[in-house]
Amino acid sequence: MQCIHFAIWWPLLGLLVNGLFGRHLPRKLVGFIGCFTVFLSFMCSLYAFVMYLGSQTLGVFAEYEYYILPWIQVADLRLDYGFLVDPLSLLMALTVSLVSFLVHVYSMGYMADDDGYPRFFAYMNLFVAMMLTLVLANNLVLMFIGWEGVGLCSYLLIGYWYRKQAPPLAGMKAFVLNRLGDFGFLIGIFLVFWYLHSVNFTVLREKLSGPTELGPYLFTTIALFLFLGAIGKSAQFPLHVWLPDAMEGPTPVSALIHAATMVTAGVYMVCRLNFLFTWSGFALLAVAFLGGFTAIFAASIALVHNDIKRVLAYSTISQLGYMFLAAGLGAFWIAIFHLFTHAFFKALLFLSSGAVIHGMHGEQDMRKMGGLAKYMPQTYWNYLIGAMAISGIPLLAGFFSKDAILFAAFGARPEVLRSAGAILWAVGVATALLTAFYMFRQMYLVFLTAPRFDEQKLRPHEAPWVMLVPLWLLSVGSVFGGYLALPALFRLPNLLGPFLQRTLALAGEEAAAEVHRAGELLGEGISMVVSVVVVLIGVVLAHYLYRMRWGITERLKRVFAVPYRILLNKYYVDELYDSALVAPGRTFAEAVDQVVDRGIVDGLVNLVAFILGAAGQLLRPLQTGFVRNYAWYIGSGAVALVIILWLVRG
Amino acid sequence: MERIVVYSLVLSGLLFSMGMLGVVVRRHPLVMFMCIELMLNAANLAFIAFAWHLQEVSGQVYALIVMAVAAAEVAVGLAIIVAVYRYRADVDIDDVSTLRG
Repeated sequence: MQCIHFAIWWPLLGLLVNGLFGRHLPRKLVGFIGCFTVFLSFMCSLYAFVMYLGSQTLGVFAEYEYYILPWIQVADLRLDYGFLVDPLSLLMALTVSLVSFLVHVYSMGYMADDDGYPRFFAYMNLFVAMMLTLVLANNLVLMFIGWEGVGLCSYLLIGYWYRKQAPPLAGMKAFVLNRLGDFGFLIGIFLVFWYLHSVNFTVLREKLSGPTELGPYLFTTIALFLFLGAIGKSAQFPLHVWLPDAMEGPTPVSALIHAATMVTAGVYMVCRLNFLFTWSGFALLAVAFLGGFTAIFAASIALVHNDIKRVLAYSTISQLGYMFLAAGLGAFWIAIFHLFTHAFFKALLFLSSGAVIHGMHGEQDMRKMGGLAKYMPQTYWNYLIGAMAISGIPLLAGFFSKDAILFAAFGARPEVLRSAGAILWAVGVATALLTAFYMFRQMYLVFLTAPRFDEQKLRPHEAPWVMLVPLWLLSVGSVFGGYLALPALFRLPNLLGPFLQRTLALAGEEAAAEVHRAGELLGEGISMVVSVVVVLIGVVLAHYLYRMRWGITERLKRVFAVPYRILLNKYYVDELYDSALVAPGRTFAEAVDQVVDRGIVDGLVNLVAFILGAAGQLLRPLQTGFVRNYAWYIGSGAVALVIILWLVRG
Repeated sequence: MERIVVYSLVLSGLLFSMGMLGVVVRRHPLVMFMCIELMLNAANLAFIAFAWHLQEVSGQVYALIVMAVAAAEVAVGLAIIVAVYRYRADVDIDDVSTLRG
């Protein structure tokens, strides 16, 4: 099982080969190296997973910690390059490497005509390595390395088409907003080390499992700082604005980094540190409410947008909100379950949208699509599966995970605020309605309405098989991923819940029992029926507005002009930041530039340069270029020296 | 001080001054070289004279070292002169003044 750390080294090897020699290698080989190293990394994870399952007695899952190398040892700070193998990290490593592998294969087709082919695969490999470092790390600092590493890759890949204007700016925006979050994360780590004297996950959990003399306010502070990091990385309100802009990157990047894996790092971190978060009921409630708010906030923006990828981006923000909602209510394993299924269907949706964009020769505006089901049937079916999964159509992956979240909210009675569960349940159900509506709006606009482009000129085409195979494989995951954790109502075994219990114990052990309590079955049934009905309403509404009464939306836009404009402008959050922070910041920076930088700093440097230059001007006539002058200087110098010595000796 | 030492030092001073004057006023590099040799040999003579006066052998050793250095210097200097001549077909020392400040 120790071989798990090779899962990190393989993609790094791919990075080295493709990054250093990629330009001189044939394209096929570059793509093969990029994919194969990630495949090996998936194999390493799978091997470790199988070995792990084999080494466990039934139902009791231990954890293994491996110290590969000592890293920093100063006073009582002891950091290792080490890994923690437990159900949580194994599940994450498996998901990350599998989805990464499929996206890599897809990229071979999608990026086939791109100039920076080796660069793309080098960055993607680096991303996989960093993401695996993040999920497998056994201490907070190593996790932070991975955390920053994936942020770097995100920046590099958003700005991948650096010759255009928008992508580098979007990359910078993502980087800066992530800095804000990381600042909180770092302070959180410092506080953890200062008060708990360790950053090692197992040690921390050991320390926090019993009573402690540290007050609840301290834990609230630490947890909120750490959560700030999660807000930045997982694009939650108010730091969500970078994610929609990140869609400027190539679509496989949006699928892998900005939907399936990297943005879920925040959720993973909160779940990994569940033993810390559970010490502060207030912080957990903040997590839950912010998640719930972001879920419905982002879903409402997705209702009106027309860019096929931006809708999916807001959908991602909204789904991440769901995960935080679950985590905040103490249902950590459900958050991870939704993360797991979401990785599949959101990657599927993004990659399918990439196939659409590819087939439409770069068109992303849904208003200029329509009727594509005829031109690209396979993409259509995959998209449909993805849309059904994310909407929560029964028996697909999203149905089970979303339902588990809603039910967890339904039954939750947090100590701080008793009614929180009910409020969040209502928010979750409303978000489910919006989700179903905007997904099927997208389905109709893209695939099922009459074509709104010049069919003779544009000629959309189906994606090549190298792109379709990953789509179908992800579809399989999107359909069957949910069967790993069936609700108790079905009277079938829940595999994932107990598997994750060991790591996500705490509220977990009770929560899992709660899910299986017979008396709650009625509640679960009610919750499930309500969510199914709500989802169907959303689908039917989309069908009515975009199929049966085509054109009615134009009238609705006029009737609801104000809310429509607000939604279309994303609640003016970007504008608010621009006028409240960016513009004053720029003015201040310009003032500093004028006074301090040009006035003082440059002034001093220029003064030194001026003095030296003047001295040079003064002395340069001495250098005549005539040898006899120099000889004359030397001779007279010698004579002067003799005279001086004579005089001094007196 | 013995008379011979005094004469030698006077001769050495005269030779040195002649060399110095030559270096400063002549414009042909070969002549300048000869003048430099003159100066070096004047110094040698002074070394020898002092060695005699002080009954000390190190002065003579220094004279030998100066000769070795002079030989090396001539080798380098003549090579430079030849190179300059090949490049400009002329060796007037005042024309070679591109390093003027």
